[in-house]
Amino acid sequence: MSLNDPVDDETLLEVRDLQKHFKVDEGLISSLLRAMTGSESDYVHAVDGVTFDLKRGETLGLAGESGCGKTTTGMSLVKLHEATDGSIRFRGTDLTDANEEEMVQFRQNAQMIFQDPFESLNPRMTVYDTIAEPLRIHDIRNETARVRRALEFAELQPPDQYFDQYPHELSGGQRQRVAIARALVLDPDFIVADEPVSMLDVSLRAGVLSLMERMTEEFDLSVVYISHDLSLLRHMCDRLAIMYMGKIVEKGPTEDVIEHPQHPYTRSLINAVPVPDPGVGRERVELAGEVGDAIDVPSGCRFHGRCSEYIGDICETEDPPLEAKADFDGSQKVACHLYEPAEGVDSTRVDDVTDTTAPDDSAASAND
Amino acid sequence: MTVLNVSDLEVYYETETGPAQAVDGVSFSIEEGENLGIVGESGCGKTTLAKAIIGILPDAGYINNGSIEFKGEDLTELSEKQRRRYKWEEISMIAQSAMNALDPVYTIREQIVEAIETHRPGTGRVEANEIVQEMFELVGLDQKRADEYPHQFSGGMRQRAMIAMALALEPSLVLADEPTTALDVIMQDQILKRIGQIQKEINSSMMVITHDVSVVAETCDRVVVMYAGQIAEEGPVEEIFGKPYHPYTMGLKRAFPNIRESDQNLLSISGYPPELIDPPSGCRFAERCPLATEKCREIEPEAHYNNGLRSYCHYADAIDDGFRARADDPATWADTEAARAIRTMKEGTMMEGND
Repeated sequence: MSLNDPVDDETLLEVRDLQKHFKVDEGLISSLLRAMTGSESDYVHAVDGVTFDLKRGETLGLAGESGCGKTTTGMSLVKLHEATDGSIRFRGTDLTDANEEEMVQFRQNAQMIFQDPFESLNPRMTVYDTIAEPLRIHDIRNETARVRRALEFAELQPPDQYFDQYPHELSGGQRQRVAIARALVLDPDFIVADEPVSMLDVSLRAGVLSLMERMTEEFDLSVVYISHDLSLLRHMCDRLAIMYMGKIVEKGPTEDVIEHPQHPYTRSLINAVPVPDPGVGRERVELAGEVGDAIDVPSGCRFHGRCSEYIGDICETEDPPLEAKADFDGSQKVACHLYEPAEGVDSTRVDDVTDTTAPDDSAASAND
Repeated sequence: MTVLNVSDLEVYYETETGPAQAVDGVSFSIEEGENLGIVGESGCGKTTLAKAIIGILPDAGYINNGSIEFKGEDLTELSEKQRRRYKWEEISMIAQSAMNALDPVYTIREQIVEAIETHRPGTGRVEANEIVQEMFELVGLDQKRADEYPHQFSGGMRQRAMIAMALALEPSLVLADEPTTALDVIMQDQILKRIGQIQKEINSSMMVITHDVSVVAETCDRVVVMYAGQIAEEGPVEEIFGKPYHPYTMGLKRAFPNIRESDQNLLSISGYPPELIDPPSGCRFAERCPLATEKCREIEPEAHYNNGLRSYCHYADAIDDGFRARADDPATWADTEAARAIRTMKEGTMMEGND
């Protein structure tokens, strides 16, 4: 099947056990010492086994604290990072052994919108050239008409007025709209949006968010939103995945995760979000400490040092698998020893039916 | 006791095309132990206001008119040297970006000790170090790390070090400019909680400048909503977020998603704030306001007082729950001059396209 043929309700993206480790920079002496002692060099485990599916037209939110690996995951998804291990399948084609032609197709289909429109646009390129550049790279005709249409869609009207402008002549909101127009000009199926509005002013955010909602709907896009702002993700996403230290700890439909969070970390994260209503008191349980060491990763559950529900040795020795659980009604999956795995783990769940790479293994190890 | 009383303050910036009226006729006060929030979009003058109060306006900025009374003394009358006494010791500031506010070549301890010694010349090393220790404990930092450099701290730790520094001299007034904007939610929650605790301990007042209405809703007693250099509305936090009388406050409130609501319509207020070099003569919000009439475009609104709120809108007295409900609907906001202008522009291009 070609990478360009859309099929209804298909699974667009299958991510399995994605890992991205960065080698820690070391000086000459320590590298010599290491060579002499024969010890291994250090790696930062930025992403350490992330698995999920994304259907056509679906929006998934990746949430977590700074440094949890959500941005690295996003960049690996569009191949701006080469994953250390694991696989990403796009429309059934495994990108790790895709040939050059397939990669070109993939790059045309997968786009990224960055956090800071002040840095993501080339200051020396006009708006027209910025948006036309991907068309030239992929050798697509009707350049002017396509650029005009993309600008119109991004509500930069009238488009011809923006053609010769440079990024510094535009406001933050307008710049982010140019970035969106550039992402859309190739008519992609998949977009990763990394904190798309966090650098924008309050009054502009709602406008850019509603543009992105319209974009998802009209282009039938699959979008991965990356943000630490759960209010925003609740507004934008069908499903949520909460990340902690490179792993997903809870994943499921947005409503289930926000209204009935099960993992202790998800609860603290939701608890920390301020509410714009002075009448609503919120329970403030402070999550102590900071994210653990990503080089010398904690054993067992990575959250055990900060967890308020710590239940004993098992938390420190066994890494809890992300799986469906029997103890609550929500349809989310949770990686926590507090809950018993659901019987016959998961194959009957509506959510993520395809998302069961190793349910048998994980159920077996949890029953040990 | 009133700690700060700002009255009819005008702060202008010299530009090539004439003075930009960044803060234009702003009056408010802060009582002892009170937290005042200042909210508004970028360029509304909220940071300029803070800089004028602590006395660190850039060279192009100057106070054109009005007074800033701190505990009864007008700071605008003082010489640079006399003012220095107030800086840091009486009024301190937690800057938005702790990354740039800390000096990279000195350890955190050296920086705090220096601040203490400069402002309290009699203080000995031992005593200064004790203050450092105490402050580190209060903000939840490990004392062993006081001798490290800023780059060895994470963003959250740097922000906490910054808070320790701002509070070390137990000032009566703390100006916090977007104290948590650069941090993630967990760190934000920790820091806001710490600031609250310390504030109670030393009984200081605080002015929190932010664009995040939820942070204000949770930390402040009263709120000033600023728009284009002026106050749009001011009053107790419950009233501002419960029953506001200014259309801008209503729009701002709905521009943020709320984690407690599932299906919400986000509002976007079409258009941009006016130029501050030659601002319009009437209400500055008129172009973007769904209620605006001819009167709004011509006459500057006076203050209207309702339920403890001071609202600068000609129609404040006529605003009721019916309008508040309508203001929650994005369609209401499509009927403003700015929104119509955008639509006309679009229609114009469509016709060209059909040619």
